[in-house]
Amino acid sequence: MSIELKDVSKRFGPVAAVDRVSFQVADGELVALLGPSGGGKTTVLRMIAGLEEPTEGDILVRGERVNDVPVQRRNIGFVFQGYALFKTMSVADNIAFGLRIKKWPAAEREARVEELLRLFGLEGLGRRFPHQLSGGQRQRVAIARALAPKPSVLLLDEPFGAVDAKIRQELRDWLVRMHDELSVTTVFVTHDQEEAMEVASRIVIFSRGRLEQVGAPRVVYEEPANEFVARFIGVLNVLELRVEGGVARRNELTFPAHGVAEGQGLRIGFRPYAVQVSRNPREHRYRATLRHVYFLGVLMRLELVTPSGVVIRSRITKDEFTRLGLAEGDDVSFQVREYRVLARDGDGLGPEVSAVHHVGTAGEGI
Amino acid sequence: MGATTTRRAVATAAAGGTARRGAEDPAWVRWLLVGACVAFAGVFLVLPLLNVFGQALAKGWRASMGSLAHPDTVESFKLTALVTAVCVPVNTVFGVAAAWLVARFEFRGKALLVTLIDLPFSVSPVVTGMLFVLLFGLRGYLGPWLDARDVQVIFATPGIVLATLFVTVPFVARELIPVLQAQGSDAEQAALTLGASGWQAFWHVTLPSIKWGLLYGVILCNARAVGEFGAVAVVSGRVSGVTDTVPLRIEKLDNEYNPVAAFTLAALLALLALVTLGIKTWLEHRQQAELARAQEPIESTHEH
Repeated sequence: MSIELKDVSKRFGPVAAVDRVSFQVADGELVALLGPSGGGKTTVLRMIAGLEEPTEGDILVRGERVNDVPVQRRNIGFVFQGYALFKTMSVADNIAFGLRIKKWPAAEREARVEELLRLFGLEGLGRRFPHQLSGGQRQRVAIARALAPKPSVLLLDEPFGAVDAKIRQELRDWLVRMHDELSVTTVFVTHDQEEAMEVASRIVIFSRGRLEQVGAPRVVYEEPANEFVARFIGVLNVLELRVEGGVARRNELTFPAHGVAEGQGLRIGFRPYAVQVSRNPREHRYRATLRHVYFLGVLMRLELVTPSGVVIRSRITKDEFTRLGLAEGDDVSFQVREYRVLARDGDGLGPEVSAVHHVGTAGEGI
Repeated sequence: MGATTTRRAVATAAAGGTARRGAEDPAWVRWLLVGACVAFAGVFLVLPLLNVFGQALAKGWRASMGSLAHPDTVESFKLTALVTAVCVPVNTVFGVAAAWLVARFEFRGKALLVTLIDLPFSVSPVVTGMLFVLLFGLRGYLGPWLDARDVQVIFATPGIVLATLFVTVPFVARELIPVLQAQGSDAEQAALTLGASGWQAFWHVTLPSIKWGLLYGVILCNARAVGEFGAVAVVSGRVSGVTDTVPLRIEKLDNEYNPVAAFTLAALLALLALVTLGIKTWLEHRQQAELARAQEPIESTHEH
């Protein structure tokens, strides 16, 4: 194990910014710490680096407990959100800083700087100053500087937060490639679930200081451990239902009661791709109007409104959209192929009860 | 910019006057204001300054230079140099430390500390002098105790140094606090993660990024340390050749009806002020750039 957290907590006065968090990062992994802002993920990253001290619990790097090891001796590369480049130093001096502090011989130092400039596509920029670089170049300098002293772990705080959308995509691809080539254990913080899904091999999800789930992108998407994860990862339609006459109901939409007593509440969620749409108003179970179509590239997002005003979001491919011959304002029919019970009467459910329910075409039982 | 606008507006007004932009004042108002300012500055700033140099050289270059060689005048130079040599380094170190404390840490009484640093600006120098007399004078709180141990503070060099130290406290700290606050501590933390000790981070990362602001503060501190009159006059006792600093010596020479000597010394201080002003203007420019760079947001620039 490269990094291991055991019941780590961080309290600022009475507030627990991080609450008994445990997870592991294997050698060479690329892991995302994901969560809404204020979720404690940056604090976790800073504790691994030694910039913050945990109130409780142990942090291990390569099997060694590092709680009492000062930041200087943890041999960790850290990339700050705003990059924190040294503004009075050239690019080459920025990259060489850690080597100079560690008293590398001049020849080796220069060779290492050259190597990194080449590796990071920064050839010829060594004598420039940070303010003369583009946002993407600055970020690469920051990563090169962090990697120069050959740290055992690379930590990045919101690495793509400070650049615009187009560059962000390029940087994501570039980070994945760099990680593949160098295979240095990498942990980065992000609040953007799409970014985490795309870049990381595993995702650690936080909310309000607590760890919600750890898993591969596909796992947290398809098997969310709880309602928070289900709602945070990807888009989710959420419906509040009430059990009346043996079925759970929200206006014209009905689902099985799932053992919930008469008069009680039930909350379900389903992904937009689980909503099947047809132009034939009789083909599926429910009727709706196609209020709006959003073009997302390969995918189309459809916004349906039932006659009683319930809004349902659906996602279908552009090809299917064309095949169905849909247009805004059409009367359509739809059905929900599968859904998940998120909560009963306000209580969140554990993963074992939040199983996926498939709805048969015959509409059995409902 | 202003000059261009003015010229354009004047041209428009001359061309017919009707095309003048609504937000601009009529030309005659502007010329009246400019004229008033120039006249005021001329009468109250330039003329007196020219007069100082004129009076200094009234009896020729040689007489002026000769007056500087008077033993008491030479001693006053030495004393002022000593006082400055103590005050500027001490207040530079204190200023950097205080600014660091205020910019980097949250603690109770921080606002009070900032107010205290500003105190010498708002207290009349004479009152400052009185404070030290009250504290260290023979009839003061610590005076008898010090006297019993044969230490003289008031009417001696230590008192002059203390009074000058007090008066020059704010200059360095006040320049550095905004620069340090704008820069934030990320770069310092980055240095720590790269293995630097706190001291190395300060020396290699923080100090280079605040050097212009620091120099600016030091220059102002130096000018004030050399020129301080009020506080020093109270604590010095005015012993010729012993506790007279250059400003005190000027007043004394003037009282002794020796205008050439008095104005020659005054001219020297005025020259120093002009040099300080020149350096200050240049540093201000550099420091503004430093501050702007510190506040510069991480804008999304495009990849080439």
